[in-house]
Amino acid sequence: MSRADTAGRRPRRGRRAVSALMTMLTAACALLVVGILVLILGYIAWQGVSSLSLQFLTDTPKPVGEGGGVGNAIVGTLLLLALASVIGLPVGIAAGVYLAEFGRGWFAGAVRFIADTLTGVPSIVTGVFVYTLIVLPMRQFSALAGGVALGLIMIPIVTRTTEEMLRLVPTSLREGALALGAPQWRVTTGVVLPAAASGIATGAMLAVARVSGETAPLLFTAFGSRFFNVYLDQPVASLTVQIFNYAVSPYDEWHAQAWAATLVLMALILVINLSVRLLTRKKF
Amino acid sequence: MYHQPPGPATEYGARFRAWDWRRALSPTGNVGDAVFRGALFCCALLLVAVVVLMFVEIGSNARLSVAGFGFSFLTGREWDPVQGEFGALPFVYGTVVSSLLGLLLAVPFSLGVAIFLVEQAPRRLARPVAFLVELLAAIPSVVYGLWGIFVLAPFLREHVGPPLQKAFGWLPLFQGTVTGIGLMTGGVILAIMVTPIITAVVRDVLAAVPVSQREAALALGATKWETTRIVLANGGPGIAGAIILGLGRAVGETMAVTMVIGNRPEISASLFEPSYTIASVIANEFTEATGDLYLSALVELGLVLFLVTFLINGAARLLVWSVTRGTSGVGRA
Repeated sequence: MSRADTAGRRPRRGRRAVSALMTMLTAACALLVVGILVLILGYIAWQGVSSLSLQFLTDTPKPVGEGGGVGNAIVGTLLLLALASVIGLPVGIAAGVYLAEFGRGWFAGAVRFIADTLTGVPSIVTGVFVYTLIVLPMRQFSALAGGVALGLIMIPIVTRTTEEMLRLVPTSLREGALALGAPQWRVTTGVVLPAAASGIATGAMLAVARVSGETAPLLFTAFGSRFFNVYLDQPVASLTVQIFNYAVSPYDEWHAQAWAATLVLMALILVINLSVRLLTRKKF
Repeated sequence: MYHQPPGPATEYGARFRAWDWRRALSPTGNVGDAVFRGALFCCALLLVAVVVLMFVEIGSNARLSVAGFGFSFLTGREWDPVQGEFGALPFVYGTVVSSLLGLLLAVPFSLGVAIFLVEQAPRRLARPVAFLVELLAAIPSVVYGLWGIFVLAPFLREHVGPPLQKAFGWLPLFQGTVTGIGLMTGGVILAIMVTPIITAVVRDVLAAVPVSQREAALALGATKWETTRIVLANGGPGIAGAIILGLGRAVGETMAVTMVIGNRPEISASLFEPSYTIASVIANEFTEATGDLYLSALVELGLVLFLVTFLINGAARLLVWSVTRGTSGVGRA
């Protein structure tokens, strides 16, 4: 593409200089953006490590000056993610299969459009929705409400990635199975889905990673708690809400704990992302 | 008496029945197919139902406030829950200004990075850089907020605010005390958060422009940059869509902005003054809203945010689709 300086007609020097300048400018943009990323991640690691300890990972929050930790928030975040996956993944994957295998006509187009648009709706709006839907009738903040909010955010993401992954499966595979006399549902569940399994799993895990960092929809659904809790009808703590509460507090000790909790959260997201890579590598 | 044999004949008879649910759901008439397809259809329908339910549910909970204030809700300047006054103009102003500031800063850099990745960089370099830029989008909002409070705000207070004030202090935009917490910090943090999103979509759009366009330009003796400009012109609507998509994200961004913008419902021309956004006020006051009217006013703010972002994202999608349709990238965000 770039080797097109044919016939000895090279562009004039001024134009070449402009071109080189623009190349350097765009490279500088890339360098700046990557630099900001390194700055942020580096600062989190530097600040977080200093107040990280085994006790911090297992303890419950305590008043200022008495230490305390985020053990209950870690458990709460995992509980919320499990709940969100149970709600979001089956529906999202099924809707994605529908779009990929039967997705012709205006209805499928509308679903696709709505899924894409829904991904861009702010998560706090989902929080308000779940508050009116679940918290108001139950008269109580609850883990269930938080899980539903996160699950709703996952659905459109999972739908679209599942559809994309299924579209990568060659049509000849479907035709081969159909020609052998298999009904459509056997073709989809027995041939197409296994072929795209690792891709779908990747999409699902990425959706989990994405919602694991959500704070806004949890503020008035799961709310937060100072104790260990695994009951779905009770408020539950989460790492993100804990970070927010500590960050806006006036105490240096809590600020330090916010950085440590951030490091834990980033590690969790990293583990999810890495397991995706391992998962996809083992299969193929 | 003639006895009709079971099996094939009933199948044959089915063809003449007025409406057969199995055939309606599946062209093959296989029961398994019909059930399978029906179940999948319901899940797809659920997605549409969720959106409808969101509008209905949020709308009905905002009724008290909508009926009480009407359109003056959006034009009123006073937000005083104690006195029962709910005017959302300060939040609308804060949202619009911080989002536009964020876009203003983010768009040139996003375009630069996307052009670098698609048109300029060798593939060996482009792939890891693209990965790193995508990583920026994976950092949670609350982490940006934390970093904004303790790193960005002090930095802007010490090293960016004072020089700006010295040079442009005669503009109302740059007057007042530089505290580091305010509209400018909110705009900068939004710019950092929106950049990877715009970059990703512009990358898809540029990659969707046919290679033949580039080859034609280069064959006519254009330089690399002149070729890039032609590619940019071809991807115009898609790039516009990417920017609008970024706007949608900036308007709805909650945690990071809440943590650095100062949360004061005032309208002031200066970028150094604290402000408040729609999403922030919902995040801050929802759990402590006492009284039905207060809660209803906050829900109405949520409704406004929902409607606006839904329209923005819908428009952006249509623009991006108009360029990337038929190529592998489905216009991911």
